[in-house]
Amino acid sequence: MEIFEYAPAPESRAIVSIRPSYDLFIDGEFVESKSDERLVTVNPADEEPLAEVAVADDADVDRAFAAARRAFEQVWSRLPGAERGKYLFRIARVIQERARELAVLESLDNGKPIKETRDVDLPLAAAHFFYYAGWADKLAHAGLGTRPLGVAAQVIPWNFPLLMLAWKVAPALATGNTVVLKPAETTPLTALAFAEICQEAGLPPGVVNIVTGAGATGRAVVAHPGADKVAFTGSTEVGREIARAVAGTDKRVTLELGGKGANIVYDDAAIDQAVEGIVTGIFFNQGHVCCAGSRLLVQESIADELLARLRARIERLRLGDPLDKNTDIGAVNSAAQLARIRELAAAGQAEGATGWSPACPLPERGYWFPPTVFTGVTQAHRIAREEIFGPVLSVLTFRTPEEAVAKANNTPYGLSAGVWTEKGSLMLWTASRLRAGVVWSNTFNVFDPASPFGGYKESGYGREGGRHGLEAYLD
Amino acid sequence: MTDTFPRIAVRRTYKLYVGGAFPRSESGRSYPVTSSAGDHLANAALASRKDVRDAVVAARKAFLGWSGRTAYNRGQILYRVAEMMEGRRSQFAEEVGAAEGVGKARAQALVSAAVDRWVYYAGWADKFGQLLGGANPVSGPYFNLSEPEPTGVVGILAPTGSSLLGLVSVLAPVLTSGNTAVLVASEDAPLPAITLAEALATSDLPAGAANILTGRLSELAAPLAGHADVNALDLAGAGGLAAELEALAATTLKRVRRPGGDDWDDTDPGLSRIKPFLEIKTVWHPIGR
Repeated sequence: MEIFEYAPAPESRAIVSIRPSYDLFIDGEFVESKSDERLVTVNPADEEPLAEVAVADDADVDRAFAAARRAFEQVWSRLPGAERGKYLFRIARVIQERARELAVLESLDNGKPIKETRDVDLPLAAAHFFYYAGWADKLAHAGLGTRPLGVAAQVIPWNFPLLMLAWKVAPALATGNTVVLKPAETTPLTALAFAEICQEAGLPPGVVNIVTGAGATGRAVVAHPGADKVAFTGSTEVGREIARAVAGTDKRVTLELGGKGANIVYDDAAIDQAVEGIVTGIFFNQGHVCCAGSRLLVQESIADELLARLRARIERLRLGDPLDKNTDIGAVNSAAQLARIRELAAAGQAEGATGWSPACPLPERGYWFPPTVFTGVTQAHRIAREEIFGPVLSVLTFRTPEEAVAKANNTPYGLSAGVWTEKGSLMLWTASRLRAGVVWSNTFNVFDPASPFGGYKESGYGREGGRHGLEAYLD
Repeated sequence: MTDTFPRIAVRRTYKLYVGGAFPRSESGRSYPVTSSAGDHLANAALASRKDVRDAVVAARKAFLGWSGRTAYNRGQILYRVAEMMEGRRSQFAEEVGAAEGVGKARAQALVSAAVDRWVYYAGWADKFGQLLGGANPVSGPYFNLSEPEPTGVVGILAPTGSSLLGLVSVLAPVLTSGNTAVLVASEDAPLPAITLAEALATSDLPAGAANILTGRLSELAAPLAGHADVNALDLAGAGGLAAELEALAATTLKRVRRPGGDDWDDTDPGLSRIKPFLEIKTVWHPIGR
């Protein structure tokens, strides 16, 4: 029984004006696509169309690369670092000034709760530009090369649309490269708003070019002979394709791919904090997080108690309108992703694991999946091996630290992991044995522009963030 | 009165170096190795794809132990390799001279440089970590530290044309950071590599940390590049196979160091061959009371 009901607390969408139709952003201007093809981006919370965007074809991609090359050679690579930096500071400031508008736009296009876009995506996106702005005139001190590579082809995913744009564009521009960026098919709107921000900041034409479209556009961007560098965040499958496509060329590549992060809870962990961390680890952003803690590894002796508390906590999560400030879990980004989550959850049941979800009414329209916990999961189950990219947690148990580490590392992925213990030596021992690029101990899913992020093994290569993030864009 | 006969020399058998042992190829095959002038020198083992797999298994098995050694200890062991090579100078010089067709003085100089390269990389073992890692100033109450770690099992195609110095120049940087290696020696000049293996075997390097195969590049490179338990590839000696091997490596997203840009005479290559075989791990922990 609810003691206190939550009244709806919707953020107003009046702050955003979405145009009915968007063109491509090439050479500082919005230009019509050469193709007649358009795609419609919908609000995943109610399936209502938000806008129509252009689908860039090969000729459009050619134009974007030509503009980026021109801008690289004639303007951007010649500009003193201090001046490049000032453009990035301007961009950071405009993002801060328009943060509320962009947060609402992101929630509308992506389906994630306004609480997250407002408190995570937007502050981090602005901070990322601010951080790399300061590097632009200090590259000689970074212990890396100092020459930009040229034109960077960048393809980003739909889970953190503007934040992933910031992760890609900020270091590329700070180091003197120009970019051709393709946002995800289902979340192009904040990237197009960013195009306006580039105009507002007076960024020289061609330094940032944004071409919208689906897979074919993305392939054209990464395979373009005018690209000196390919940066991709997305699925491991596409990452492999890109690595194969650049083989034998001089193109540099960084890939930030999938994960199947283990969240290890030892028997001495602060249990309420661990429960919060498990919830953050898997239900943040509906689990659409490559570094999600999607495998809970709990020490056998505390498994029953921990799971009871975890279920009680999950029953308190509020799922619904992404624009409601009380919402914890928003909509799944697309029908295709929802189908994928459903398929894997069904496989979990079919393979013998036991699924549990709280009593959780789902809205009638839109793409929704309730927070779900699978127990009785073995390492052979698909839900323990494959990235679900949804609010689905697989629970496994262990007896010894050695077993915990062996199970955590038993995956081709190696992006993130979590460790919960009050014992410092055990925490450091575990962290050192985990084959993962980011280890959160007694916390989960925290990010910062100064902190390098990226994977081991098949989670990709290269790092984004911090001094390390410069390396991908310097020769 | 008995006749006196000239003593018959005891010739060496050149074998593979896998898991700390010196097996022949499981295939039972060998191939003749000639000097640069075309004279027969010895028969070397002609490794098979099964030997590649065995070597990868040995390298994986050795990884936790070798990467878990202290950096100081790894440095000492690499220095010990230099000591072991120093004691076999004349043997190395003879093999390098025959393989590369250089005079005695140049061969001696190449051996000296190879010995010095181990000393150089021995010194790097406990230093690159401080250069490449450190605390990150995140905007929140967190301790946040980035540290480089070895990538894992590294497949190395040793350069052609520099049978000892080039070989050491690609192997030592991979080992100094704690990676384990499966190295395919120069096909035409494999003998210095096997003599190096004999020095490695007596230098306290744990079994399996370095594994050395001799044979046909065209036969061994693809199974190594495509092996799912190899984490990274150094294509220094890949020649015309480089693009094809890089594409194979993409199947499991191996880190690939493309060939080129090397000057084996450079006595201070810095981190250029260490960095490609490292991962950066970042650990967060809250700060509070």
